[in-house]
Amino acid sequence: MKFKGGIHPDYHKLTADHATVVMPLLKRYVIPVSQHIGTPGEIIVERGQEVGRGQPLTSPAGFVSVSVHAPTSGKVKKIADFPHPLGKAQPAVEITSDGEDAWFEDIAGHGDWRDLTPARLKNIIRDAGLVGLGGASFPTHVKLSPPKEKPVDLLILNGAECEPYLTSDHRVMLEHPAEVMEGIGLLMRALGVRKALVGIENNKVDAGEALKRARPVDLDIKVHLLETKYPQGSEKHLIYALTKRQVPAGGLPMDSGVVVQNVGTALSCHDAVKLGRPLTERVVTVTGSAVREPANVMVRVGTPVAEVIDFCGGLTGDVGKVIFGGPMMGIVQSNLAAPVLKGTSGILCLVESEISQFQGAPCIRCGNCVDACPMFLVPSIMGLLVERNRFADLGEYHITDCIECGSCAYVCLSRRPLVQFFKRGKLEWHEHVKQLEGSVS
Amino acid sequence: MTSPGPGDFKFIISVSPHVHSGQDVRSVMRDVILALVPGVLAGIWFFGFDAFRVLVLAVLGCVAFEIGMNRLLGRASTIRDLSAALTGVLLAMNLPSGSPWWLIIVGSGVAIILGKAIYGGLGYNPFNPALVARVFLLISFPVQMTHWVVPAGITTGLDGITGATPLGAAKEAAGLGKSLSETILPDTLQLLLGNVGGSFGEVSALALLLGGAFLLYRGIIRWQIPVGFIGSVVVITGIAHLLQPDRYLGPVVHVLAGGLILGAFFMATDMVTSPVTRTGMLVFGIGCGVLTSVIRLWGGYPEGVSFAILLMNALTPLIDRYTRPRVFGQVSRKLFEEAPSS
Repeated sequence: MKFKGGIHPDYHKLTADHATVVMPLLKRYVIPVSQHIGTPGEIIVERGQEVGRGQPLTSPAGFVSVSVHAPTSGKVKKIADFPHPLGKAQPAVEITSDGEDAWFEDIAGHGDWRDLTPARLKNIIRDAGLVGLGGASFPTHVKLSPPKEKPVDLLILNGAECEPYLTSDHRVMLEHPAEVMEGIGLLMRALGVRKALVGIENNKVDAGEALKRARPVDLDIKVHLLETKYPQGSEKHLIYALTKRQVPAGGLPMDSGVVVQNVGTALSCHDAVKLGRPLTERVVTVTGSAVREPANVMVRVGTPVAEVIDFCGGLTGDVGKVIFGGPMMGIVQSNLAAPVLKGTSGILCLVESEISQFQGAPCIRCGNCVDACPMFLVPSIMGLLVERNRFADLGEYHITDCIECGSCAYVCLSRRPLVQFFKRGKLEWHEHVKQLEGSVS
Repeated sequence: MTSPGPGDFKFIISVSPHVHSGQDVRSVMRDVILALVPGVLAGIWFFGFDAFRVLVLAVLGCVAFEIGMNRLLGRASTIRDLSAALTGVLLAMNLPSGSPWWLIIVGSGVAIILGKAIYGGLGYNPFNPALVARVFLLISFPVQMTHWVVPAGITTGLDGITGATPLGAAKEAAGLGKSLSETILPDTLQLLLGNVGGSFGEVSALALLLGGAFLLYRGIIRWQIPVGFIGSVVVITGIAHLLQPDRYLGPVVHVLAGGLILGAFFMATDMVTSPVTRTGMLVFGIGCGVLTSVIRLWGGYPEGVSFAILLMNALTPLIDRYTRPRVFGQVSRKLFEEAPSS
């Protein structure tokens, strides 16, 4: 149960034993329209309108699109551009809470998923605004609808949580094993598969045991413990570790007959079907040595990150970075007014001394990155090609297969900003291909 | 900023990953220098103060030339990365213990200036700087560079007597058409301990192996280069010895005498000048071994490790290019994909 390459960073799972605490209701939430990969929805509420908790604020625009929902009952105060975790201000709906926290009147449970058709389940999941909660935020219903020519026979649940510091999936599996298992069941039904595997890193044995105990007798769900190694939670490497199937380069998991969903997504799918509740809250790990009281917090989507940090005792003076997600792939924040999104698994606050400062010293060809790359690329040479503007040569080095996991940069002796090189290299390579195609036609 | 507090903090904004293993060039160079300590101590034990003098001069020389070149070229100081100091240690270990001071200084200058700085500094040099210097000196000053002291001090009370290295003696015998059985050679134990003639840092195979094991354990060098290098020397010299035992030394002598252990564990494994892929490292190691054997068995020089490594250094970019690992998910290489499908 392992893959080749990868790294063993310090895990710092400070909050693994911290039971999830619920954040009290706030007066104000800001819900960005764009919280997933794909087209943002269209806003369907107006300024001054009263909304109930779970009421859709947008309607999906196209197939790869989902709604966002009101995190509590109250009034639409403003529709405008607000700070967004991705950096640029983006359209969002500001809601002022009325303190009632009353659910929207249309919300009602859909009963046992076993009585619902796959098509109905997918509609419920789409309407609940569900996206992958592991961080990528791809709409869940799209993943559950593979085209006919790509037969899928296996559902894999990602409970690896390989990013250091993060423990939100760990707590979800530990605290809601039965709901997660039911969620897996309904995902299997929606997808039309009879088999599911749950992959968990072996630093969370308790979570694996909890899930095994909660397995419904009518479902073929196997729980596997995997080596604790980063990036075990990368879809391609999780699939490989569990099944030895290799997702073809440039392909999707469904090209090898698999669909991967996060365990937190399974829980939210259960809530969406059983209780009829759209996705308005999630577990967020607030952690790092720059936050005073690290915790796993049930946070409503749209909560400004400053409020979440205040709830956890605030930042220490020597804070250097606030990151959405984990230390390996998380996105750094410049403005603490940005809100928690559906895909926000963690808020990591690092002190300055813990942060890697990338210097871009010359590559000394130590080969550490070649050993660490889980995609078997040659990051050292790719980095030199980008540095020397030799973008046309990047294709030969398969730059598009880079998953930006950061393993190479983590082990780089010269602390070269390799991930940054490759993000740029991919853009330049695509530009180069476009030009080539242009000159041919 | 809407909420109080956040404005009080200054955040660092940069792309992921946000954490690092903590290893850097300096820590690796320090580990390599540490790994060389047993070999250096053995050299000083056998050759006395003279060897220590070579070491100090070479390290000071290399560091001084590094400082000078940094200043001259307007580069930031690179002394802290310890690479110049390591070059000095390696250069010293590749020199006879009786080297005159000017030879050591010239060598230091060649290593740092011609071996490294003119290419752009550490990371850009195609050839191992210490070996560039050694070969430069060997060709320019052959007398001084082959003036070997045979450590005799321990048993005779003398400071040392001059004489040939084991490989040199064998080569000489072969040149005169004499059988090896007429040549007096040190026994295996002496070779292992290092009580033989040679460059100050190459003589004690045991001490060098100790350091090599440390580097392997720390993951700083990979097994592919030393195993490929030493393995191919064993195979080739072994075959030659089996065929003509009177003419060719056995593989044990070839491994333990001369600069093979020093070269295979500390010189060929130089990160900058050897391949980055595991397969490439194996190819590189075997190439070094084949060239070393060819030079030792049939070439004009008794020793071929330096030449072999430098020649393979030149091939490193090519080796890297053709030993790229197959990318994850690459079901077959293009060659096979282009087969006609019905």
